[in-house]
Amino acid sequence: MNQTERLHTNFPHLRSLTAFDTACHTIPWLADAEAKRHRKLCNSIEEAVLRSGLQNGMTISFHHAFREGDRVINSVIALLARMGFKDLTLASSSLMSCNENLIEHIENGVISRIYTSGMRGKLADAISHGLMDEPVQIHSHGGRVKLLQDGELQIDVAFLGVSCSDAFGNANGIHGKSCCGSLGYAMVDAHFAKNVVLLTETLVPFPNTPASLAQDQVDYIVQVESVGDPAKISVGAARVTSNPRELMIARYAAEVIEFSGYFKPGFSMQTGSGAAATACTRFMGDKMERHGIKARFALGGITGSLVDLHKRGLIEILLDTQCFDSEAAASLATSQNHIEISTNVYANPGSKGASCDQLDVVILSALEIDTDFNVNVITGSDGVMRGASGGHCDVAAAANLTIVVAPLVRSRIPTVVKRVTTRLTPGESVDVLVTDQGIAVNPARPEIRERLEAAGLNIVTIEALYARAVSLVGVPTPIEYTDRIVGVIRYRDGSVIDTVRQVKG
Amino acid sequence: MSPLRRSMLFLPGSNAAMLSTAFIYHADSIMFDLEDAVALREKDSARLLVFNALQHPMYQQIETVVRINPLNTPFGLLDLEAAVRGGADVIRLPKTDTPEDIDELEGHLVRIERECGREVGSTRVMAAIESATGVINAVAIARSTPRLIGIALAAFDYVMDMQTERGDGTELFYARCAVLHAARAARIDAFDVVWSDVNDEAGFLREVELIRKMGFNGKSLINPRQIDLLHNAYAPTQLEVDHARRVTEAAKEGERNGLGVVSLNGKMVDAPIIEHAQRLLERAAASGLRR
Repeated sequence: MNQTERLHTNFPHLRSLTAFDTACHTIPWLADAEAKRHRKLCNSIEEAVLRSGLQNGMTISFHHAFREGDRVINSVIALLARMGFKDLTLASSSLMSCNENLIEHIENGVISRIYTSGMRGKLADAISHGLMDEPVQIHSHGGRVKLLQDGELQIDVAFLGVSCSDAFGNANGIHGKSCCGSLGYAMVDAHFAKNVVLLTETLVPFPNTPASLAQDQVDYIVQVESVGDPAKISVGAARVTSNPRELMIARYAAEVIEFSGYFKPGFSMQTGSGAAATACTRFMGDKMERHGIKARFALGGITGSLVDLHKRGLIEILLDTQCFDSEAAASLATSQNHIEISTNVYANPGSKGASCDQLDVVILSALEIDTDFNVNVITGSDGVMRGASGGHCDVAAAANLTIVVAPLVRSRIPTVVKRVTTRLTPGESVDVLVTDQGIAVNPARPEIRERLEAAGLNIVTIEALYARAVSLVGVPTPIEYTDRIVGVIRYRDGSVIDTVRQVKG
Repeated sequence: MSPLRRSMLFLPGSNAAMLSTAFIYHADSIMFDLEDAVALREKDSARLLVFNALQHPMYQQIETVVRINPLNTPFGLLDLEAAVRGGADVIRLPKTDTPEDIDELEGHLVRIERECGREVGSTRVMAAIESATGVINAVAIARSTPRLIGIALAAFDYVMDMQTERGDGTELFYARCAVLHAARAARIDAFDVVWSDVNDEAGFLREVELIRKMGFNGKSLINPRQIDLLHNAYAPTQLEVDHARRVTEAAKEGERNGLGVVSLNGKMVDAPIIEHAQRLLERAAASGLRR
């Protein structure tokens, strides 16, 4: 009887303990000098897929930091289709207009279920018209982490595109060729996924620093030609505007912040991805300089405008979960106080510490807002999905002052309505609506209304704004829907706040 | 309507999208253009659009100006008919060279006003001066009719006529002075030229500072982004307002003591200084303070 057998006999509850074999018995790659350093490297994505053990019916994930410039999602799913995979759940942190190729793979059964923050373009149009049997689950950025934490969403294989990694999987988005900057979304997938496949453009010697995604999270690494086009990050929702109306709304929003009571030394702010929201940053810079007020931090999606304020010493720290342009990515690479954070640290309500809980002021966009201040950022006036949940409901719930900016009407479509087509952020989280034709304050915040009125801003009721919108463009004909649900809107805590039905025709 | 006439926003009459939203920008006056900004093939449709825009409820609180085509073109009189019947507050006559040009307009205005039931004389006029002849005749033009609210210098045609080009403002030096003096002598408003490079804010603000100091009431604008910049540049500063308040208080004190002239910080305060202070306070009340 050897020592281990004696142990098993004397202590039956220790029977699971095994006897030592050789130094490399359970870690065979240490016996091979080449495998020791390069065991994670795969010659192709196909090899990585095979080694990951992906099966039909499993869940795959991606990040969308390259936004409209992404080159990973479409190419990997096309490959999985060629390899014959079926019935997969696609859990991309978001989907864009550039993902219209997925329509074909949904039609041929490669993808059966989708979790995403949003959709745009032809893919969104097709899904809104009933492309999928199973409704799409629309979550917020923070809510996605909650779904992963709670186990509803379990990623089997995450395919994460990065500009730069070493052969061990230490990766970031700030070095290499195509830099997306923050890997805030990918950090979450790397943490939760059972298998992590990195697609990297550049392989650098170990250890690659900083390691946004760490070697102990990564299973396989494939070097690829391109993971994305950074020039297309700021196309669409994250664009910079010269539109006079958007600039005017941005100026009004900056005035609201100035007189809200929250504009004081050490305050914090976030601007969403809409053009007016982004432009507001520039107006804030002038005010901060004039009054000698510096912000402690800015949060969320970081833009060149925020970086400019950071460089001018007006914002001390940038907490960055997504870079909205190349200036932000370059700053993340060079500034010690430009900090990359995961979406868990950013906005997960189930996190032990979500940064949005510390936020003073946020400016968010809206496709529609109703007279109860509920906001829709998902469906257009035709009932078709054309937007993204993003961090909207996360930050609106957490910030001390939530400002929504939108034109009162867009062409002949009212933005202020009696009842939003789709409810994404509840009115209780929204404090002020800034339009080009007046500012409305949620009656739940009388002190804010008083301060803004005292400053001489054009404060009206939201009902007055609705009446003005109707007087300009009339009441739209109601959208005709079928009874079939094509989208489920998940609030950040995972609950269902609304559904999207299939449009007729 | 704004008691001030600092900003006159040009809108191409053919651009329906701009016509349907321009009231949101709070320009002191909106000028619907039927002349140079409208292509030949769109002259009729633009006239129809402007005719309807003039009656839009949201334009009733803003001074509306219509730039018609010259009366010697096939479009001028049709434009005038539509503008007066549509309810335009002011007609801008382009390329005004002589007071006789205004007389001709006056004749048509009286007839159209009578025909459509508008009070005769209720349609106001502004003359755009765009040539050397116009500049020479500025005084006579400015005094040509009580309908005239102001004269405006237009640079593009003027510099062509002068065989020069737009530059640092030297090329407009005489014309600006001449138009401004003509307007002031006739007790009407004077408007400066457009600044066409909308992305050059610094250049725009330099020119605004120049014409503000010269004494122009305001400027024609081609982009809504310029409105706030212009209004802010024309707004009195807190220091100016504080001083004006002290002047009016000193004047009141002098009045109580039966003095015609008082002194403030060792400087004489007399009637012109008091009037200037009162005007500045009125301007501050209407425009707010400079940021």
